[in-house]
Amino acid sequence: MSTTHAEEHPPTEDPRANDDTVLDDSEVHAEYSHHTDWIYIRVAVVLAALTALEVSTYYVDFGPVFLPMLLVLMSIKFVLVVLFFMHLRYDAKLFGRLFWSGFFLAVVVYVATLATFQVFRP
Amino acid sequence: MTDVTLPAATAPVDEHGHGPHDDHHTSTGLSNNKLAMWLFLGSECLLFGGLISTYMLYRDRTGAGPTPESAFDIPFTSVSSFVLLTSSLTMVLAVSAAKRHDVRLMRLWLVTTALLGATFVGGQVYEFTAFYREGMGYTTSLFSSSFFTLTGFHGAHVSVGIIMLLSLVFISGRGRIPGDRSEVVELVGLYWHFVDIVWIVIFTLVYLIPA
Repeated sequence: MSTTHAEEHPPTEDPRANDDTVLDDSEVHAEYSHHTDWIYIRVAVVLAALTALEVSTYYVDFGPVFLPMLLVLMSIKFVLVVLFFMHLRYDAKLFGRLFWSGFFLAVVVYVATLATFQVFRP
Repeated sequence: MTDVTLPAATAPVDEHGHGPHDDHHTSTGLSNNKLAMWLFLGSECLLFGGLISTYMLYRDRTGAGPTPESAFDIPFTSVSSFVLLTSSLTMVLAVSAAKRHDVRLMRLWLVTTALLGATFVGGQVYEFTAFYREGMGYTTSLFSSSFFTLTGFHGAHVSVGIIMLLSLVFISGRGRIPGDRSEVVELVGLYWHFVDIVWIVIFTLVYLIPA
């Protein structure tokens, strides 16, 4: 008895066809973009709050913590932008090495130079 | 939020928008363009480090001219800082839209970023004009020279960024940024964010910390 090709090889049903939790490509794009966009917005809100705190030092006397506080806030903002907005947290390590090498070289060279001119003396 | 199962074979982008088109056939396995941009940004740290250090060195050499405390308008500059910070958010949203091939939204965010950047530069021009009217010209003192050089260089970088953003809008309108070449948007984004982090440092060290 002969059988047709269709009978020998019945179409395999896509196991994801009736699964509501599985998304197609466009939905995956949208879902993930929505997710990451919210991360960016949250980081931006944190950055805005930190900037507001920085500006408050102009109006409020923070005493001896004024300078360290500003430097810490600046550093946090800097790192947040580099890690999240510039994607360095998730990107290849080589990119980070290139950037941080230039950054730390600049910091060391210029702090040493300014120290030579006694800029940091009270 | 819907619990999503992501089949590996259908994952076109990772959770941060890095897709299969980001893999390049290079000796490092990384995009040479992106590598060059990061190298450029690393070298830019040295440029701005030099300018900031020069300002730190000369900021109390005001001579007969205005001092930083008397010249700076902190509330105004704070608003400018918020504007530039917001432009970083719109830029990263443009990159995100480019990664998912949403050209219309990408162009919207790029134009918004350019407008925010232009607002920042406009504020800087206004600030410079106000300083000049108060008797603080480029050659008034070592403080004014180093201040105008530092902030002027930064403003020039923002202006170049605006030109790049508008160029992207223009070429995307002609359909010359297909989805698999969205990296060009990311590269401009990296430059723009760098300009933002430089301002984060300038705002603190130049404006908020008195001489």
